[in-house]
Amino acid sequence: MIPTTYYLALSAILFSIGVLGVLVRRNAIIIFMAIELMMNSANLAFVAFAREFGSIDGQVLVFFVLVVAAAEVAVGLALIVAIFHTKASIEVDEVSQLRG
Amino acid sequence: MTVELALFLALSLIAIVAALGMLLSSNAIYSALLLVVNFVVVAVFYLLLGAPFIAMVQVTVYAGAIMVLFLFVIMMLAAEKLRRPTSRLRWQQPLALMLGLGLISLVGYVILSNGVGATPQALDNAAAYGSPAAVGKSFLQDYLFPFEVTSLLLLVALVGAVVLTGVAEHRRRSTRPSRRS
Repeated sequence: MIPTTYYLALSAILFSIGVLGVLVRRNAIIIFMAIELMMNSANLAFVAFAREFGSIDGQVLVFFVLVVAAAEVAVGLALIVAIFHTKASIEVDEVSQLRG
Repeated sequence: MTVELALFLALSLIAIVAALGMLLSSNAIYSALLLVVNFVVVAVFYLLLGAPFIAMVQVTVYAGAIMVLFLFVIMMLAAEKLRRPTSRLRWQQPLALMLGLGLISLVGYVILSNGVGATPQALDNAAAYGSPAAVGKSFLQDYLFPFEVTSLLLLVALVGAVVLTGVAEHRRRSTRPSRRS
């Protein structure tokens, strides 16, 4: 077996790449993908800990995170489409006023 | 170096390169496809960790449904070729890079400062652990209430997505004739 620490290190690296994506990129869709990457790295840590303790609860939590991610993507992409229709752009810098 | 460790290192290299490619690619379609590669590699990690059910759900829901939704929206908005970043807030990018590298070094220090630690012991019920039967039993016995709340959450998301796109459509239709006149 591989030590759980290795999985945690990989999860941390992927999470940091996601954070960098949110901070650096200005495209709303790429920012969403970076958020997905962060959730995915958290899931990896969950499954690694579930294996460490021989428990199934971590895997159940991963399922719930997956459902939340799916709901978030559905609503978020609908929001992006709505913003694109009013602004004709999905750059987050363009969305700087409270009323369109 | 055992076969498993070599497999782990190769797979994590693929995952990190795919994530970095997602971050750096200027074409949103390539970003989405590289993210699919990353999700599939993470599904293989789930298989290595004894979670076949979660691995299959990862492939179908994440790499399948969610990323197809992303690709669909990118193609619908024709947003794959992106404009260059605006001149506004240019100083944020080096700062973000610095803070991100600070985060990874700090987290790496915290994780690795305690040593590698022991490897997890082999499970005595390796065949049953993480199987669909075991996970399903856990859903319907220990986690019944959150499981039901999940269905409500999905329903709310469904209605929310329909309402949000429907409102935009309605507004566009109502503003367009007034602009023409």
